[in-house]
Amino acid sequence: MAEPLIVIRGLSKSFGGLRATDRVDLDVPEGETHAVIGPNGAGKTTLIGQLAGDLRPDAGMTRFAGQDVTALDAPTRSRLGLARSFQITSIFRDFTAVDNVALAVQAHSGHSFRFWRPARAERALRDPALAVLDSVGLGDRADVLAANLAHGEQRQLEIAMALATRPRLLLLDEPVAGMGLEESQRMVRLLGGLKGRVTIVLVEHDMDAVFTLADRISVMVYGRIIATGTPEEVRGNAEVRRAYLGEEATL
Amino acid sequence: MLHRSRTIVMAVGVLALALVPPAAAALNQPFYVDLFRRMMIFALAALSLDLVLGYGGMVSFGHAAYLGIGAYAVGILAFYGVDNGFLQWSAAIAASAVAALVIGAISIRTSGVSFIMITLAFAQMLYYLGISLETYGGDNGMPLRTRSQFAGLIDLRNPYAFYYLVLALLVLFLVLGHRLVNARFGMVIRAAKSNEPRARAIGFSPFRYKLVAFVLAGGACGLAGALLANQTEYLTPEFMHWTRSGEIMFMVILGGMGTLFGPVVGAIVLLGLEDVLSALTEHWQIILGPFLVLVVLFAKRGLFGLLPGEVLRDG
Ligand SMILES: Nc1ncnc2c1ncn2[C@@H]1O[C@H](COP(=O)(O)OP(=O)(O)OP(=O)(O)O)[C@@H](O)[C@H]1O
Ligand SMILES: [Mg+2]
Repeated sequence: MAEPLIVIRGLSKSFGGLRATDRVDLDVPEGETHAVIGPNGAGKTTLIGQLAGDLRPDAGMTRFAGQDVTALDAPTRSRLGLARSFQITSIFRDFTAVDNVALAVQAHSGHSFRFWRPARAERALRDPALAVLDSVGLGDRADVLAANLAHGEQRQLEIAMALATRPRLLLLDEPVAGMGLEESQRMVRLLGGLKGRVTIVLVEHDMDAVFTLADRISVMVYGRIIATGTPEEVRGNAEVRRAYLGEEATL
Repeated sequence: MLHRSRTIVMAVGVLALALVPPAAAALNQPFYVDLFRRMMIFALAALSLDLVLGYGGMVSFGHAAYLGIGAYAVGILAFYGVDNGFLQWSAAIAASAVAALVIGAISIRTSGVSFIMITLAFAQMLYYLGISLETYGGDNGMPLRTRSQFAGLIDLRNPYAFYYLVLALLVLFLVLGHRLVNARFGMVIRAAKSNEPRARAIGFSPFRYKLVAFVLAGGACGLAGALLANQTEYLTPEFMHWTRSGEIMFMVILGGMGTLFGPVVGAIVLLGLEDVLSALTEHWQIILGPFLVLVVLFAKRGLFGLLPGEVLRDG
């Protein structure tokens, strides 16, 4: 079998004395939706940041599609096919929805040292952006200023920006956090539709979403992955239950 | 796409600027040709700063450095007998662009207060360099031997010819700026200003785009410096003093950051107020100060930004 799409070995990151991630090993094969769960402060966002290239690890290495990407920065990794959403919604608030997505298309179509033609008039940027917006259900919101979109729509927009880069790996940091029931169901449906077509690492506290979407789950506590397995295996794991005392009921 | 009311104001503004010389002649007040030419030269400097500040989100607090470099390039060449304007102005643009390349390469990797302090420090360094250049008059500066010569194409000693050349250059840079901020290049620097981590996450490496914007702005401001040297027919290190950088920045903020015509409005209003108020009272700064504070407080997008039209969409 081919090497997993993402291979992580011994990835560590400390903030001061705090080990936010501690010798993390993880393999995610192509096509899998892999959830990472764990209590607040477990190091999930830190792990996503290290995968995306925003945070330099203190130790360890990351291979993506057979290539060692440990030393590569976020823009370079994006161009290799890694895309992410942020735990705290991160969009270009003072641009319209379609501008946001068109920028993502632009970032992946050669250099931008083009000084004359209005970017908004370029069909090569506009058309794919509109198509992606449509696919996440924001087709009729294209010309709305991103800041004026509802919270759930902004999260959808983030997914659209990620998809517009045609990623092989999608890193999602709590995509349904802060959403109402209906909004979060819509997001789960959207992500379910991507399942299998793109590899996903999903950090999420919402257990309904996790158990609906995940092929496998890793449990992180104090910076370490204490268990990895299918949803059934993780559900039955005693150590996971102990770590999750307060949230046992939902598990 | 520009919002209608802004397009109208811009067109009327340019037209009004074109009518200043005949109006001044009719009123027998040639002084106004001089004043408005000065305003337009500073408008060009402010416009170049706005590319960096308003569109690129880089708070460069040393923009007067490029004004000074441009002026000194003209003055020093003239000092050695090189009066050819094509040479002088090319040198002004090239020298300030190179300075911007060095300063930008060092400062752009930082942000916030560090960025402000580094750009300010470089400008102050150049200011003191100007003071130490005894050959060129030290802190007194020196007169420009003669205005730049353009092989008989245009005579800058003719105040009207000089005026319309400055106006033409200003309009040219407004057009270039409009293309640039709405092209792919402009979208990148505006995206990086809006949300740099997001811009990086979708695959942009903003550094080189910001650096190029910084260099283009430096070069354009160098040209403004070349014009200023011809305007005052004198050059002094004062051109590079930090208060001058502050003044240019104020023009941008007053007129409207992240708009193209805003800096033009800002330059005209600020220099116009200085002129009117200083004629009324010697304590004019006491009146000007509070006025500026009020504008910043109540018109956050600046005077031109008060007009309808979303700032970022309407480059
Ligand atoms: N930039 C930083 N500087 C200092 N400490 C940090 C930084 N980022 C994260 N931490 C700390 O590292 C630990 C892990 O944080 P992280 O955000 O990765 O957790 P998380 O699992 O994503 O938590 P949550 O579920 O609340 O989002 C926390 O204790 C956090 O306070
Ligand atoms: Mg987190």
